[in-house]
Amino acid sequence: MLAAKGISKSFIAGTYALNNVDIEIRPNEVVGLIGENGAGKSTLMRVLSGTHRPDSGTLTLDGQPLRLRNSSAAAANGIGMVFQEQSLLLNLTVAENIYLGQEQQFTRFGIVNWRAMHEASRRQLAKIGVDIDVTARTSELTFAARQMVELAKALTLEESVDRPLVILLDEPTSVLSASDIDVLFARVRSLKSRASFVFVSHRLDEVLRISDRVYTMKDGKVVAEHEAAKVTGPELHEIMVGRGLHTEYYKEAQQIAPQSEVMVEAKDLGISGFFHNVDFSIRAGEVVGIAGVVGSGREELTRAVGGFLPHTQGTLKIAGETVRLTSPGQAVRKSVGYIPRERRVEGLVMFLSIAENITLADLSHVMRRGAIDYGKERRVATDWIKRLRIKAPGPDTACRKLSGGNQQKVVLARWMTAGSRILILDHPTRGLDVGAKEEVYEFIRQLSGQGIAILLLSDTLEETIGLSHTVLVMRDGEITARFDAAAGKKPDQVELVAAMV
Amino acid sequence: MQSFLTRLTSGKRLRKWRAFAPLAVLVVLCIIITIANPNFIEPRNLIRVANSAAVPLTLAMGMTFIILLGSIDLSVEGAMSVAAMVVVLLAANDSNAHNYGWLAVLAAIAASTMIGLLSGVLQTVLRIPSFMTTLGVWFIGLGLSVYMLGGSAVRLMDESIRGLALTRFLSLPLAVWVALAAFTLAIIIQYYTRFGRHVLALGGGEDIAEFSGVNPRRVRIYAFGLAGFFFGVAGVLAAAQLGQSNATIADGRLFAAVTAVVVGGTALTGGEGGVLNTLVGVLIVTILANGMILLGISPYIQQTVQGLMIIAAVALSLDRLNLKIVK
Repeated sequence: MLAAKGISKSFIAGTYALNNVDIEIRPNEVVGLIGENGAGKSTLMRVLSGTHRPDSGTLTLDGQPLRLRNSSAAAANGIGMVFQEQSLLLNLTVAENIYLGQEQQFTRFGIVNWRAMHEASRRQLAKIGVDIDVTARTSELTFAARQMVELAKALTLEESVDRPLVILLDEPTSVLSASDIDVLFARVRSLKSRASFVFVSHRLDEVLRISDRVYTMKDGKVVAEHEAAKVTGPELHEIMVGRGLHTEYYKEAQQIAPQSEVMVEAKDLGISGFFHNVDFSIRAGEVVGIAGVVGSGREELTRAVGGFLPHTQGTLKIAGETVRLTSPGQAVRKSVGYIPRERRVEGLVMFLSIAENITLADLSHVMRRGAIDYGKERRVATDWIKRLRIKAPGPDTACRKLSGGNQQKVVLARWMTAGSRILILDHPTRGLDVGAKEEVYEFIRQLSGQGIAILLLSDTLEETIGLSHTVLVMRDGEITARFDAAAGKKPDQVELVAAMV
Repeated sequence: MQSFLTRLTSGKRLRKWRAFAPLAVLVVLCIIITIANPNFIEPRNLIRVANSAAVPLTLAMGMTFIILLGSIDLSVEGAMSVAAMVVVLLAANDSNAHNYGWLAVLAAIAASTMIGLLSGVLQTVLRIPSFMTTLGVWFIGLGLSVYMLGGSAVRLMDESIRGLALTRFLSLPLAVWVALAAFTLAIIIQYYTRFGRHVLALGGGEDIAEFSGVNPRRVRIYAFGLAGFFFGVAGVLAAAQLGQSNATIADGRLFAAVTAVVVGGTALTGGEGGVLNTLVGVLIVTILANGMILLGISPYIQQTVQGLMIIAAVALSLDRLNLKIVK
């Protein structure tokens, strides 16, 4: 029905977000789309829904070429999208959200007939078999209910488009509980007679459960296509992750055994609702990687150590001292540095210079008699630019002008200047190209050699295993396995996956 | 009617409480002033209150839509003085020989609407934030109108336009009825039209609204045009009440309009509140001012109280403690 042929899309010259992708969506089927972060799933969905235009390649609908200029054009052709981040306006009611942008059908002489709109919204929700008050403010619904409203909103296309719909579901399950997912899947199955679905997720078991066919994406390409009934999760995972372990790539030769001093020690650590009874320690010079799917509690665990989410149970010791970190500032004073995944939002003040960003966490090194010594600040920054090979004209360059890899180096330099002895790396290589990743890996090795304790969250298992001395696997808020990952004795990914799901 | 009442009353108890807090403040205020000086509830005084609320109410109707967008319109005084200038110079006056009667009123409102549309276009085309655009437009309008008036006051001699302030219907001056008509129009636009809903949607999240097929630029331009329209009506009312137009006809109106909207409970972040809230806000502001005059409080202290009130209103209106960043 809907087909994409030879689609390519590039955001940064030389690297492809999508590289010659072919996919096909047939009538009344659920197509699964899997791949690691950065594999190109979301970009592909955005091309299909008209929010991104491909650089090359064609879309066809029932064999006819299809040009989508924007999301309304996609909607006019019966293609609706349920976004990854929920796209409802929380200050409007359910009915207002469902028909936002489509009020003209209820309008006469410029006046909107709210009663008719409420009626129509009730019918939409009844179609998917949920009972939600259409006059309720969306902010008061649960996440699961909002997801249903989004689905109902996408299905309103049925009224204006005289053809079977294609509904794109971009990671719809990431915020849902297991029972809510069951409900969603039941709805999707019952709607299959009227629409086709594309289901994107990084949870393999879910994709296999709901889909008829599965496409696997990697590095911007579709690398495999399977009947869902004829393939298993581990097989797909193998394809999704692709290459075996490249010991070279992760500078394994530079991995040295950690020192004996314990820098971080957690006992029975927990935050109610997220994780519980977590025990682990990080020694000086040790890299501890945490593997786990979204919702396993690993994000919250790292945020607890970084001071963003104070723990509610158990004890946390930093350099032998029992602490409860209630703010990032406290964590910084305990020499914990946090390198966030959203560099642009959380990591750097983009319009400040490299020098100003490096000294942001701790200005005391460059203060003289209570005033900032600009000369010294520049010298510190210039020194880091050389040491980390930051590609920039000089210390006064604004951070927004740097590439992703160089921005990440500036964040790292900041915490080194602040004298951090413990670093939390939250997806340190997200969005970086291969070369930049290697440089970051090398730097992580250097830091570990200097006795810095590192807690690592990573996008890929491969990276987690490659960089860590110890890998902890979390599932449903608990540590379910621990693997020793000394150089030359790295655990196998399949073992980790078994503990993850 | 049903739909916007449910909008006000639906929700958790705290939100319900918040929705009615301004109304409660208004009632308590009236009671306190009445106890302190029973003259307050004399019909004559209440008519005075209504009369002095007419211009602020009309202005605040326009301002409500802008603040619902999450924007601000600082050009109130500029747009208003242009409207006052146009009506005075085109109707019978003591400065030139024009005598276009009610056409002058239409021209005045049209001029002010154009100023609003200009603000909207500047923002959406040149991508200048509303704060800066309207700050500039404020001074453009003010400078233009003072220049056209020749730097002095020009008297309005058209008796029928003056009648807006002097003629009474059911013992209320016509200006009050005009303001009530403006209020009704604003109610209809906000609660019963697509445009009104899209304003709320933009205030709640412009990117999301755009994904849903709302054209944010168009909504923004229309909203500023609509605000300009209300400012123009207010300018005409002010000229009729004053019987002339001069350089200071709009002084203090920006503060009054913003205070009324905010005190009524419309959130500066956009997407929350509305025209009904603003009616309550205008009444609070006007009655407080009237009450303080009745109690013989110094005008300077009155000003201080108004300043305190706007800060208190913002502090109470939102879950501010949950706001991470305040700019």
